[in-house]
Amino acid sequence: MKFIRNILDNIKPHVQEGGKYEKFYSMFDAAETLFFVPDHVTTKGSHIRDAIDLKRNMFMVVIALAPALLFGMWNVGYQHFMATGQEGSLMDLFFFGFLKVLPIIIVSYVVGLGVEILFAQMKRHEVNEGYFVTGMLIPLIVPVDTPLWMVAVAVIFAVVIGKEVFGGTGMNIFNPALIARAFLFFAYPSSMSGDKIWINGMSEGTGIIDGFSGATPLAQFTAGATPNELVLGFADKHMSVFDMFMGWIPGSIGETSTLAILIGAVILLFTGVANWKVMVSVFAGGFLMGSIFNLVGAGHPYMEIPAHYHLVMGGFAFGAVFMATDPVTASQTETGKIIYGLLIGVLAVLIRVVNPAYPEGMMLAILFLNTFAPLIDYYVVGANIKKRLKRAKS
Amino acid sequence: MDNIKINRGLNIKLQGAANRNVSDASPSTLFAIQPPNFTGLIPKLAVKVGHEVKAGSVLFFDKYKPEVKFTSPVSGTIKAIERGTRRRILEVIVESNNKQEHEAFTKGNPKDMSREDIVKNLLNSGVWPFIKQRPYGIIANPESTPKSIFISAFDSAPLGVDYNFVLSKEGEMLQKGIDVLKQLTTGSIHFGVDGSEATIDTFKSLKDIELTAYSGKHPAGLVGTQIAKKDPINKGETIWQINPQDVLIIGRLFSEGKFDASRMVALVGSEVSKPQYFKTMMGAKITSIVSNLVSNDNVRYISGNVLTGSKVEKEGYLGFYDSLISVIPEGNHHQFFGWITPNFHKFSMSRTYFSWLMPNKEYSLDTNLNGGYRAFVVTGQYEKVVPLDIYPVELLKACITEDIDKMEQLGIYEVLEEDFALCDYVCTSKQETQDILRKGLDLMIKEVG
Repeated sequence: MKFIRNILDNIKPHVQEGGKYEKFYSMFDAAETLFFVPDHVTTKGSHIRDAIDLKRNMFMVVIALAPALLFGMWNVGYQHFMATGQEGSLMDLFFFGFLKVLPIIIVSYVVGLGVEILFAQMKRHEVNEGYFVTGMLIPLIVPVDTPLWMVAVAVIFAVVIGKEVFGGTGMNIFNPALIARAFLFFAYPSSMSGDKIWINGMSEGTGIIDGFSGATPLAQFTAGATPNELVLGFADKHMSVFDMFMGWIPGSIGETSTLAILIGAVILLFTGVANWKVMVSVFAGGFLMGSIFNLVGAGHPYMEIPAHYHLVMGGFAFGAVFMATDPVTASQTETGKIIYGLLIGVLAVLIRVVNPAYPEGMMLAILFLNTFAPLIDYYVVGANIKKRLKRAKS
Repeated sequence: MDNIKINRGLNIKLQGAANRNVSDASPSTLFAIQPPNFTGLIPKLAVKVGHEVKAGSVLFFDKYKPEVKFTSPVSGTIKAIERGTRRRILEVIVESNNKQEHEAFTKGNPKDMSREDIVKNLLNSGVWPFIKQRPYGIIANPESTPKSIFISAFDSAPLGVDYNFVLSKEGEMLQKGIDVLKQLTTGSIHFGVDGSEATIDTFKSLKDIELTAYSGKHPAGLVGTQIAKKDPINKGETIWQINPQDVLIIGRLFSEGKFDASRMVALVGSEVSKPQYFKTMMGAKITSIVSNLVSNDNVRYISGNVLTGSKVEKEGYLGFYDSLISVIPEGNHHQFFGWITPNFHKFSMSRTYFSWLMPNKEYSLDTNLNGGYRAFVVTGQYEKVVPLDIYPVELLKACITEDIDKMEQLGIYEVLEEDFALCDYVCTSKQETQDILRKGLDLMIKEVG
């Protein structure tokens, strides 16, 4: 560590203002603060400060994403081996998925951080650690066969249009990872929807066993299936709620396993990094809307499916735990967070069931509520203002 | 007596709380009154270097309210007048002659005196500036009448003064001071005490006050918290506040007719070998207090507590309102992968460090920022440590955008920097919330008055 310190201290004079390589200061600063918490001391305000900083905070989210990531890697292998009829050990499956997912992660981080550093240098501020999380979220919400160039284009779009044009981390209106997903969804629909994209190698079709279906439960419900008719891969293999909860089903890389996501949720809630009100109310909203459909929707098969199905299918759990809780784009007030979460849950299920064009409603529901979060806060804070005025008059 | 529990807040347990014993500080010969201690004050000097003064002689006064005077705590000669940029007066230093001669002021029973005479006596003796007014945290306006006066004998800040100890034998002077204050307001004198300990008899036997116990986490002891619970400030109203040891100074003024600014001061912090109390005087040079008890050089001296105090040099002086000197290590060092390692020696409100495992551990925290400045990202943090019916982030953003209407609507009249000190502490983005709020308050003074 002394060694690294010496290297950094040697480089520092050259990249500081006036130095030969001052263009690279942001990059240097990012590297320096990565290795060392800086020696900055307090100059005003409180003399002591909490040990937490944004790096630690974001790092906790990455740790919380690890179960979903590891399970996702295994599931990529599992789905592929099932579709091609191969046998393999746990490690074979995992390693297969690892090799498929790793390039996406690398592309996401290299491209994303590159853009971040460029903007930091242009605007002369420190590289923010927001992308630390976004860079991991994006690979987890795309299908495994997404071409790498598409990932790169989406990442650039998300960082530039989703974040930097607003002023960087903390200033953005929409969740950048979801902007990337939405960009892919609308720009390259053929690579983002259908029954073949979720399983590695299936779009090419080589080696896939006849009769194998890569349809997600959402797609099957949209096509009019009832819960008992759900299939997992083969027509004779039933897909149960348990399968969906455990996550060995087709879907985007990290979104399938509700269990792995819930482990992440426990980490986020225990460390206090994410807000429980948002998380719980998203699930509550989804369950509520599912139940309302149960009450009113007799005769319509999608409306009749038990409400709890909605919570374990598709990206619902992943969105609730990792996307809706993004503090920058969610409501900022405590009351607002409950309203915000509930509406996301309600809207996600509503889009799923009622709108046939979009089998999954979570992404659009969260982006929609991102837009309305400031409005919700406006009314919550407005109530506080009214209370104060009333007290002054009495 | 009410006992109000404050649920939101944070207790930061630090090493180096003062023991309950008092030693005489090796007598300091230098004392300073520092105009920057007073928000918004433009001082006008009444003395020159070399002048002889008595305790109670005017050193300078408020340029715009000449009746508000600042007087010398000791008798002696004016040693120096330190100025900063643009010739701003920073310190008026008096060298004591160790005789302690006093100017004579009116003494008597405040109950027999008119409000006008009381105010005049407080102003002439230089005691008036001890009374601060809310909104804005400035010296009280002698022409206004507050709706109530708040005194908090509960210092809940880290390593705070133990008033149950400091005031236990001061019942008589405390009562005298309260009698004086009672003449200044039409409302009540609210007296807050620590509800987690048995209230001492000194406080119980005080008359003409509304005694309330507060328990729970810091900021339970802050006047701002207590005002919000008892008598919230609305637009156009003023409330005065005064530290309990300064009530004693008022008491002594009216019973002895002199300005006696002696005060118990606690020397605390992890860098102090024997944290304890000292009997000294307002404005004393801190070297006389800390000299034998702090051996390390890379430390920060703070006049006041670690959350709201001001940084002073070892050769510096005790602040006008302060009765605490905190000494903590400077944090001017790099930490290798500090953001990722477990760090058992660090304290955090969140559970991203392991301090939650050891709720009773006392920490030695240094002045490292523990990160870099960022935009607001994490939400809900400030709300956990501000037990007021206020939206802190929204108010701060109104201050940043200089939106006066919004600031007013969101309750800026109800808060001072100290009420937001814990926000500084807990902020993940290392925002300087006290500084932001102060700028907002200054803008309000300028625009609204």
